[in-house]
Amino acid sequence: MRTILTAGALAAVVATTSPASSQLLIADHAPHLIKVTTDFTGTEVLLFGAIENDGDVVVVISGPESSVTVRRKERFAGLWINRYQMTFPRAPAFYAVAASRPIEELAPANVLERHQIGVRHLRLQPAEVNAPVAEIGLFRAALVRNKQRAGLYSTEVGKVTFLGNRLFRTSIELPANIPVGSYTVNAYFVRGEQVVSAQATPLAISKIGVGADVYEFAHNQAAWYGLLAIAIAVAAGWLASVAFRKG
Amino acid sequence: MHVYLPIAEMSVNIFLILGMGGGVGFLSGLIGVGGGFLMTPLLIFAGVPPAVAVGTEANQIVASSVSGVLAHWRRGNVDLKMGFVLLVGGFVGSTIGVWLFTLLRKLGQIDFVISISYVVFLGTIGVLMLIESGRAMLRHRRAMPQRVKLHQHTWLHGLPFKMRFRKSKLYISALLPLGIGAFVGILAAIMGVGGGFIMVPAMIYLLGMPTSVVVGTSLFQIIFVTANVSFLQAVENQTVDVLLAVLLLVGGVIGAQIGSRFSARLRGEQLRGLLAIIVLAVVGKLLFDLVAAPSDVYSLYLPARH
Repeated sequence: MRTILTAGALAAVVATTSPASSQLLIADHAPHLIKVTTDFTGTEVLLFGAIENDGDVVVVISGPESSVTVRRKERFAGLWINRYQMTFPRAPAFYAVAASRPIEELAPANVLERHQIGVRHLRLQPAEVNAPVAEIGLFRAALVRNKQRAGLYSTEVGKVTFLGNRLFRTSIELPANIPVGSYTVNAYFVRGEQVVSAQATPLAISKIGVGADVYEFAHNQAAWYGLLAIAIAVAAGWLASVAFRKG
Repeated sequence: MHVYLPIAEMSVNIFLILGMGGGVGFLSGLIGVGGGFLMTPLLIFAGVPPAVAVGTEANQIVASSVSGVLAHWRRGNVDLKMGFVLLVGGFVGSTIGVWLFTLLRKLGQIDFVISISYVVFLGTIGVLMLIESGRAMLRHRRAMPQRVKLHQHTWLHGLPFKMRFRKSKLYISALLPLGIGAFVGILAAIMGVGGGFIMVPAMIYLLGMPTSVVVGTSLFQIIFVTANVSFLQAVENQTVDVLLAVLLLVGGVIGAQIGSRFSARLRGEQLRGLLAIIVLAVVGKLLFDLVAAPSDVYSLYLPARH
């Protein structure tokens, strides 16, 4: 079914690109909306498109930016305690990249940094602007390492494959623990060590179903949720007691 | 089979959770303890965020205490007046406790404080129980008659605001149960326990209550204190996972049934010795995690998302 989808999608892309469009790159992905249900165990996003000339393609999925605090434990009286911290106000919750060639071969570091291609080139600036550069480097590396361990930042660059010279496709795995929110899929057309064309399309990941409703309820009407939780507990305890007596 | 916990925001094996509920329920049925002090560390070991483990366990204890207290109520083993004074203290203590919890969470020290509280309080109780049950076992072998100490007067009996507790046959200062209630309330909020393991010895040794009413009265006040903790945690930190609490409860009810059938086959001091060993094993693991060098000294903290 996936191959049919791919073929169909690619045909659609070709159909839209062929009449001498001025765009050098056109790309899309499927699905556009990912529903996280209670039995969600991760999914795969298929990315595909076409380029006008010979060159390379890089695809990046990055997810909702939020504030992340990185803490460092130190030994104190024989015990490991959090002692220093650094906050990164705008760190993507999720980041994955795929490219048709190793990204370091594609373009110099400054170009990769400008477009935030590759986890090493993410623009992660701490709120503590006056912290020593070496410290910032340590905390930034720790942020990336912890995210990678959680499966939320890619450890390897995925492979973008070409069908012929113009059509490309790749797929990126999204783990079960992917945070909900608005994501952006960026596709870059790289030629002569420069990004000559780029396209951004949105990807929404949202919780659907009972789990989502419970989460919303717990966060938006916390007091009612708390009272309901107690009511359920009291009822369950009473039921258990009744069962005890009969049994 | 996996199930997604909406508040913990993680996918867990349903049988692991039911099994944990069942195992701890079995022990509580066998030995007659609440089990919160075992369940909260177990949840943390299973990967549930400590804040969610504490908030959810408070909610589960509400349920298990309700079912526990009804049995004691039928036998008339609840001192309502004492329970009320204790829970007034407990309300104040647990409110302070949740406030402290929220503050510590912001400061990044909550995991450490939860662990160290377990090591200190549970460790002390565990060691005392092990010594006591060891002595009792030796005594049992020698079969020596022990002299039982009668009512003893200390400075605690000189405190003002004296109150009569008919059911407990006591005439003591209300400050004493108020203070104990408040102290246990703070611990209940921070450690995600009912606090019975501290409340019961305090009632027997500090207040001098008759053992027949101790467990029922303790359970009675635990319902209200853990309900308060559960409510405040839900409001302040959004860390009460109802689905997790219900799953634990289902396992716990079944486990407790089986446990109470087995309990008739073991002697009291053997049960206490067994509990002491389990308690010390949990404490040992927590202490090891505090002392051993972590695999990564850096960790991430994401403030509540909206």
